[in-house]
Amino acid sequence: MSLRKFLDKIKPNFEEGGKFHWLNSTYDAFETFLYVPNKTSKSGVHIHDARDSKRTMVIVILALIPALLMGMYNVGYQHYLAVNVQAGFMETFLYGLLAILPQIVVSYVVGLGIEFAMAQMKKEEVAEGFLVSGLLIPMILPVDTPLWMIAVATAFSVIFAKEVFGGTGYNIFNVALIARAFLFFAYPSKMSGDQVWVRTADTFGLGGGNVVDGFSGATPLGQLAVSDVSRFGDFSFLGITGNPLSLWDMFIGLTPGSVGEVSTLAILLGAVLLIVTGVGSWKTMLSVFFGGLFTVALLNVLAQNAAMEMPPLYHFLLGGFAFGAVFMATDPVTSARTEKGKWIYGFLIGVVAILIRIFNPGYPEGMMLAILFMNAFAPLIDFYVVDANIKRRLKRAAVKK
Amino acid sequence: MANRIKIKKGLQIPLLGKPEETFRGRITSEYVQVCPEDFQGITPKLKVKVGDTVKAGQPLFFSKMHPDMMVASPVSGTVTAIDRGEKRRILNITVKADKENVYVDYGKAAIDTLPAEEIRKRLLAAGIWFVIKQRPYDVVADPGKEPRDIFVTGFDTAPLAPSYDFILKGQEADLQAGLNALAKLTPGKVYLSISPDTKNEGLRKAENVTVTEFEGPHPAGNTGTQINYLAPVNRGEVVWTLNAPDVLFIGRLFNRGVVDLTRTVALTGSEVKQTGYYSMLVGTELTGLFAENVSGKGNLRHISGNVLTGTRIEAGGVLRATHFQLTVIPEGDDVHEAFGWASLSPKRYSAGATYLKLKKAYRLDARLLGGPRAIIVSNEYDKVFPLDIFPEQLIKSILAFNIDKMEQLGIYEVAPEDFALCEFVDTSKLELQRIVRTGLDMLRKEME
Repeated sequence: MSLRKFLDKIKPNFEEGGKFHWLNSTYDAFETFLYVPNKTSKSGVHIHDARDSKRTMVIVILALIPALLMGMYNVGYQHYLAVNVQAGFMETFLYGLLAILPQIVVSYVVGLGIEFAMAQMKKEEVAEGFLVSGLLIPMILPVDTPLWMIAVATAFSVIFAKEVFGGTGYNIFNVALIARAFLFFAYPSKMSGDQVWVRTADTFGLGGGNVVDGFSGATPLGQLAVSDVSRFGDFSFLGITGNPLSLWDMFIGLTPGSVGEVSTLAILLGAVLLIVTGVGSWKTMLSVFFGGLFTVALLNVLAQNAAMEMPPLYHFLLGGFAFGAVFMATDPVTSARTEKGKWIYGFLIGVVAILIRIFNPGYPEGMMLAILFMNAFAPLIDFYVVDANIKRRLKRAAVKK
Repeated sequence: MANRIKIKKGLQIPLLGKPEETFRGRITSEYVQVCPEDFQGITPKLKVKVGDTVKAGQPLFFSKMHPDMMVASPVSGTVTAIDRGEKRRILNITVKADKENVYVDYGKAAIDTLPAEEIRKRLLAAGIWFVIKQRPYDVVADPGKEPRDIFVTGFDTAPLAPSYDFILKGQEADLQAGLNALAKLTPGKVYLSISPDTKNEGLRKAENVTVTEFEGPHPAGNTGTQINYLAPVNRGEVVWTLNAPDVLFIGRLFNRGVVDLTRTVALTGSEVKQTGYYSMLVGTELTGLFAENVSGKGNLRHISGNVLTGTRIEAGGVLRATHFQLTVIPEGDDVHEAFGWASLSPKRYSAGATYLKLKKAYRLDARLLGGPRAIIVSNEYDKVFPLDIFPEQLIKSILAFNIDKMEQLGIYEVAPEDFALCEFVDTSKLELQRIVRTGLDMLRKEME
C-alpha cells in the first residue's frame, strides 16, 4: 500500500489552495486510473453499478487490439513483399510495430495533452473518450502518413470536433473520422493514390531494400475504381507485386489498406467482444450490413459496369466497411441514441457508403464520409422516433376528453 | 382471476441480506422523532412548541398550503426539541415518549355510512393524510383535487424488499377498511396491484378494488410502472398513490378510532447479522436495534428504506415516515481498489456484461465506482425502464428545464423513484433522482 500512502501524501498539494492546484484534473486522472475513487453517494441510490466510463472505454480498446495487431503484421508483410525479402514472423510483426507505435504515441500525446489542458481549464475530471479516439486515428490512416500530419489532424479534431462542443459526450461528429477527413481534404496526396498504403522505406533501419519491379501499392477498391474492365467476372484484384488476391487474403487482411481496416477476421473478433459485453450496439452493426447488402443487391441487378457488378461479400471484406460498421458507426455519442433510430441510422450508413464507393469517381472508399454524413442526421432520426412517442401521449390525452 | 401484466424491462439487483420471514419483536425507544422532509411537498407550520405534551395522533404540524392537513405525533409524550437548519427550516421534532401510549380518540366509524367529504376531513384532521401521494409531482396529495383513480401497490420489488404478505398478515380487516375508505374518495377506480406470488387473501381477494397482477423484475412493484400500464396520467389529471401497508393507517382510524402509526419493518442488508421483521412506531430511534444486529466491521451506511430510494440515516437515526425497511450496507469510503477498470474481481457487480457474474448475491457498498461524466452510453436507461417514456430524453429536457418538452415526454407520469434503477446502472454516475425531483419541484412551482 505504499503507492496509496504516497498518493495520499501528495494529494493536498493538488487540492484547492495547494501548490499544484492547477494540476488537479491531472492528479485526479492518474489517481482514478490507479485506484477506484472512494467517493460514496450523497443523494439518490446508495449503490452503483461497477461499470464506469473507464471500464467501457477499456472494453472498446480491447476490442480494437486484434485489428491493430493484424494491421501491424500486415504493414510488415506488405513491406517485405514490396522489397522482396523473406522475413520471419517476428521480424514482419516488429517492422509493423515500429511503424505504427510512433503514430499511436503522437496521437495520444497530442490528443490527451489537449484533453488534460481543457479539463484543467474547466475544472472537471478528464474524460476517457480520447483513449479510444486516439487509438482509432492511426488505425484508419495509411501507414505512410507523416507524424506531424497526425499531430495536426488530432489537434484539429479534438479542439474543433469535440472540445468546442463541450467535450466527450457532446460532440456531433466522430472525432477519429474528423481527423481522417481533415487529412483527406487538406493533404489528399498523402491520403489516397497508390503510394501511401505500403511503406517501402525502412523503419528505424529495419527492413531496408529496393522495391521490386512491377510494384503497385493501389488498394483493391482503388484498382477497381480505375479499371476499364466492363464485367466484374473479367476483373481480378491484384496484390502489390501483381499476384492475384484471394477472398481469404481479404478476409484475414493481407491487402494494402489503412492499418486497422484490412483484417475482417480481426474486426469480427472485436465485434464479438463489443456485442457480448453490450458496449457496442449489435443493432447498429447489423443494420449497416443490411443497408450495404440491400444497396449492393439493387446495384447488381441494375449493373452497368464492373464496379456495380461486384458482389456484396467483396464490399464487406474490402476497405473500411467492416471497421466502420463495428467501431465507428457504434460510437454512442455520435450515433442515433434511440433503439429504433439505430436501425435507420445504420441502414442509411450502409446505403450511403456503397453509393459513394460506386458512383463517386473521386473516392474509391465511402465509409468515412457515409458515417460523418449520418452523424449529422442522427439527431433528426432520433427526433422522429421520440416524436412518435409524444404523438401517442397527446392522442391518449385527447381520447380521454 | 386477476388480470396479469408482464414487465420485461428492469433489474433485480442480487444483494446479500434478504429479510428472513421471522417476526423478531417490538422495538420501542425513549424518544421519537418526526422529520418534516419525509412529507414531500408539505411546508410545515408548527402546532406545538418545546415543552408541550401531546397524545398519539395529536398534530405536531400542519401544511402551510392546506391548513387543515395535519401531521400526527406517533406517540404520546412531551415535545423536547425542535431542530432547525438553514433558513429556519424544521429538521425534526422530538417527542419524549410516555410509558403508556395514550391515543386521541377520533371515534370509530362505519365507512359505508360516511360521505366522501367526511372521510376526507377525518383523514386530514387525524394527521395521516400524508400516506396519500399524488401524481403529477410525486408529493403528498392535494386534498382539494379529486383524483381520477387511486393506485395501491400490494407488493415491493426493490432490492431486499420486505414481503407485504408478511407485513399485512393478521391486519387484513384494517386493509380492507382502508381500501373501502379510498374507494369513496374517487369517482374512478381503486387499482390494487399484487405480485403473482401473493398468498395473502386480504390482497388477493380484496373487495371494492380492481386487482391486477404484475409479473417481472423491479420496478414491476413501483406504482409508476403500474400506472403506466393500467391508466397513464395525462396532462391536467391527478391520481393518488399509496402502498398497501400505508392503507392500514387509514383502516385503523376507522376501525379503532385511533391513529396507530405502528409499522412492521424489515431489517435487511449485507451487514445485518440476523435479518427479520420488527414492529415499531414511525420515528422510533434505532440505536439499540442497530447496535445488537449489525456487524461492526468497517464504516457502515444505515438506510431507512431500500438501497435505491431510501434516506441515509446515522446509526442513531430513526425510522422515517414512509419506509417499511431498514438496510445496512458497507460505506466503502475506506476501500481503495487498484485498477478497477481492469478488475476481474468476482466481488464487483454490473447489470451489463462488462464484468463476469460469478456470484449469486453481492455485498455492495456505497461507492460511486466512477466519476461523473456527460451521458455517453446509449440504451442504458431504457433497459431498466419499463414505462412508455424515453428516460434519457426526459432527463435532458429537465436539465434544460424546457417545460413544453417535459410535458410532451411524460413528466407528469413519473416520480424520482422510477429513475432509481437508471441511476444505479448509469455509467456516467449522474444523480438522476435528484434531477427529476428538482425538475418536478420547479415545474410544480411554475404550474400551481
